[in-house]
Amino acid sequence: MAAPRIIVVGGGLAGLAAVIKIAEAGGTVDLFSIVPVKRSHSVCAQGGINAAKNLKGEGDTTDKHFDDTIYGGDFLANQTPVKAMCEDAPAIIDLLDRMGVPFNRTPEGLLDFRRFGGTFYNRTAFAGATTGQQLLYALDEQVRRHESDGKVKKYEGWEFLSAVLDSKGTARGITALDLRTMELRSFPADAVILATGGVGALFGKSTNSVVCTGSAQSAIFQQGAFYANGEFIQVHPTCIPGEDKLRLMSESARGEGGRVWVPRIAGEKRPIKQIPESERFYFLEDWFPKYGNLVPRDVATRAIHKVVYELGLGLDGQPMVYLDLTHIDRATLNRKLEGILEIYEKFVGDDPRDVPMKIFPGMHYTMGGLWVDFNQMTNIPGIFAAGECEYQYHGANRLGANSLVSCIFGGFRSGPNALEYAKDLPAAESDGGHAAELTRQAEINSRLLKNEGTENPFKLWRELGVTMTEHATVIRYNKGLKQADEKIVQLIDRYKKVNLSDRSQWANSSFAFARQLYNMLQLSRTVVQGAILRDESRGAHYKPEFPDRNDEKFLKTTKASFTGLPEGPRFEYEEVDTQYIKPRPRRYDATK
Amino acid sequence: MATRTVAFEIKRQASPDAPAVWENFELEWRPGMNVVSAMMEIAANPVTADGRPTTPITYDSNCLEEICGSCAMRINGKARMACSALVDNLRQPIRVEPLSKFPLVRDLQVDRNVLFENLMAVKAWVPVDGTYDLGSGPRVFPQQQEANYPLSNCISCCCCMDVCPQFNELTGFVGAATIAQVKLFNNHPTGKVFKEDRLRALAGDGGIQECGFAQNCVDTCPKQIPLTDAISDISRDVLIQKAKDFLRG
Repeated sequence: MAAPRIIVVGGGLAGLAAVIKIAEAGGTVDLFSIVPVKRSHSVCAQGGINAAKNLKGEGDTTDKHFDDTIYGGDFLANQTPVKAMCEDAPAIIDLLDRMGVPFNRTPEGLLDFRRFGGTFYNRTAFAGATTGQQLLYALDEQVRRHESDGKVKKYEGWEFLSAVLDSKGTARGITALDLRTMELRSFPADAVILATGGVGALFGKSTNSVVCTGSAQSAIFQQGAFYANGEFIQVHPTCIPGEDKLRLMSESARGEGGRVWVPRIAGEKRPIKQIPESERFYFLEDWFPKYGNLVPRDVATRAIHKVVYELGLGLDGQPMVYLDLTHIDRATLNRKLEGILEIYEKFVGDDPRDVPMKIFPGMHYTMGGLWVDFNQMTNIPGIFAAGECEYQYHGANRLGANSLVSCIFGGFRSGPNALEYAKDLPAAESDGGHAAELTRQAEINSRLLKNEGTENPFKLWRELGVTMTEHATVIRYNKGLKQADEKIVQLIDRYKKVNLSDRSQWANSSFAFARQLYNMLQLSRTVVQGAILRDESRGAHYKPEFPDRNDEKFLKTTKASFTGLPEGPRFEYEEVDTQYIKPRPRRYDATK
Repeated sequence: MATRTVAFEIKRQASPDAPAVWENFELEWRPGMNVVSAMMEIAANPVTADGRPTTPITYDSNCLEEICGSCAMRINGKARMACSALVDNLRQPIRVEPLSKFPLVRDLQVDRNVLFENLMAVKAWVPVDGTYDLGSGPRVFPQQQEANYPLSNCISCCCCMDVCPQFNELTGFVGAATIAQVKLFNNHPTGKVFKEDRLRALAGDGGIQECGFAQNCVDTCPKQIPLTDAISDISRDVLIQKAKDFLRG
C-alpha cells in the first residue's frame, strides 16, 4: 500500500505542529493555508506559554497546572486530555527552546518564567511579549526544513471549502479554492487535519486576525461534524478598541505587575498624576485580594463591565478603564513587554511607560469548536481537528498562556493519530465522492457569482458582528439571545440577495469573503442557540437570570449538529470526564 | 456642519497584464482610522469619490497589529505596513500603491514568495534531531537572548527589499531580511552547525556583496531590526569564509 497522504488545513501553531510530526514519521503532507503560514494568527499571541517547569523553586507541578486549568475552565473540560497536555507541557517548552525560540532568560542562562492569570505560580515561559510570533516562526522554520526535503507541499493562498466524503461518510480529501486564479479543485487524502483557528469574525471586531472566520469549521459542521460548546466565547479584559479591530493588550502586562483601576469619582477631571492613591479604585485588587489583577479573564472582564456599566466609573464616561504600568521602571518594561507597549504606542499614540493605558474587554478566544474524541478525530471518520478550532482543552474559560501549549500539544497528537488512522483505511470505492463534491462547490460558486440583488456582504457581516457582540459576549439574556438568533435568520435570508460588486475571476477577495460569510452566519446560530439553552452561568458564559453554575443539569458538553431546518441546529449533551478532580465551586475572591 | 472626510488615491490594477489606473475615494473621517480600516470601508461601499461604482480593493492583510507582515504597501511613497498607517498622521490625499519590486497580483496585492525561497536557500532553521523529548535546550545567557531577539522579530514584510536600490532582477540580491536571518541562525548554539553553508550561499552572485550600503533598509524596517549591523557582520564572515575556502583549495 502507498504511504498515506495527509492534508493539513491551517498553518498556525497547531497545523504546523501536526505537519512536523507527520513529516518526522516519514509521511508526506499537503499543507493548505489562506495566508503564507508565517502570517497565521498564532503570530498575535503575546504573553507566553504555560508549563510547570518549576524553575523558580515554588513547588509547581504538572498536577497543579492541571488543577488550575480545570478549575479555570469551570470543570467543563474533559479531564483526560487536559491532564495529558499539562504533563507534556514541560517537554514542549524544552523542544521549542531547542528549536531556537529566543525565550527570555535568567542570569544563569535558564528559561525565565512569569505569572499569568488564574494561578499563583510563575509558570509562563515567554519571548518578550511576542511569544506567539516566536513560536510560530520556530515551527515555520522546521516545516521549511521538511519542505526542502520534499516531505511537505504547501498550498499557500488556497482556501478550504469542504471535505470530500465517500458514500459511507468517510473523508477522502478536500475541495479548495485558489484565491488568486479562483480555480476550484479537489485534493485526495486518507486523512484531513483541520487547524483553522478561532471564530472572531462572527463578532465583527475582535482581537482575532482577518482569516479567523470559522468558515472551515462551519463547512464541515454543515457536512455532519458536531460543534461542541460553541456558546463559550472568551472576552479578553484588556483590549485597545479600534476602527478595524480590537487590539489585544496582553495579560502579561498584569503578570509583570500592571494594575487595573479607575478614579473613584465619576467624571474625575484632574490629570492622572494628581489623583492620589486613595482616590484610585483598584477594583480587581479590592474584590479579589488573593489573585488581584491576575484573576482569570472572564472574572476580570465582568468586573470591568460592572465598574463601567453598573457603577458608572468608566473613564470620562466612556467604556474604558486604566491598565497602569507606569510604576514599573522603563528598562524592565522594555525587556519584558516591549512588543505590546509598541503596539499601544503605534496605534494610540501615548507611551504606556508614562501614561496608563486605556483598555476595554473584547472578543478574544473560542473555547468551543469542532467536537473531537481523545485522538483529536471529529465524528466524521478521517477528519481530525487541532488547535483553537476544536473544543477540548479549555472548558468554559481558557487560562492565559494555555492556548499556545494546547495548539502545539493538539497538533502533535493529531498528526501521528491521523497517520495511524490512514494506515488502516480501506481504499475508496469509485472516486471517493470527489466528482460529486466538486460539482456541489462549483454550483455554489456559480450561483454566488451570478446572483442579482442589493445586499453587500461586508455590510451584512457588520450587522452580524454588532448583534453578536451586543447579545452573545459578556452578559447574556435569553431575550437578547433570541433577538440575535432572529437577526441571524434574517441575515441568512438577506444573504440570498447578496450582490458581488466584483464578479471577476482573478484574486476576487469579495467572492471569497461572501463564501466565508455564509458559513459564519450558520455557525453563529450554534453560539447563540447554545447560549440560550444553557440556563446557568459557567466560566465565560454568564447569565444574570441564572447566576449560578448548575452541575446537575449542565456539567455537560454541548454538541450541536446541523439540520438545514429553519429552526437551526439540533442540540444534545454529553457527560464530562471528571474522573481526576471532583468539581468544586469556583471562587477567585478566596483561596480555591 | 459638514462631515470631516479623508481623501485617498489608490492605484488599481485588475490583473498583472491589465493597465494601472488611479481611483479617488472620499471617506468619512473616524477617530483612530488607518489605511486598512479605510479599505474595509471601501469594501462595504465600493464607490469612488465621483460617485462611480467600483470593486472592493484586493490587498493582503491579516493581524492588523503589525506582527504578521501581510499588509506592506507604499503609502505616500513610503513602503510600510498599512495597519499601522494612521490616517491622522498622513498627508492627504493619501496615495496608496503596491510594493514596487515584487510581481503584482492585483491592486495592492503582490507576490513576496521570493523571501521564503531565500530563507530556504540559506537553511534558516535550527536542525533539531527530532521533536521527541530530548531534555532542555542549550544555555543561553540573557545578553545573547537580547542580541538575537530583535533579529527574530522580522515579520517578512519585505519593506527592506522594496526600498533597496540593489534589490532588482539585475543583481538578484537576496536583500537585508535574509541576511539578518543568517546572522540569527549562525548565532544559535545549534543553528551554527550550518554556518559555513549559509555563508557560502551568500558568497556568490546575488549574495551579500551586492549590498550598496544605501541604508534604506534599516530606515524603513517597521520593526527597527539592526539590518545594517547584520549586513556588516555577515559581510565580514563571508569574506573570512571565502578566504578559508580558498586556502583549503
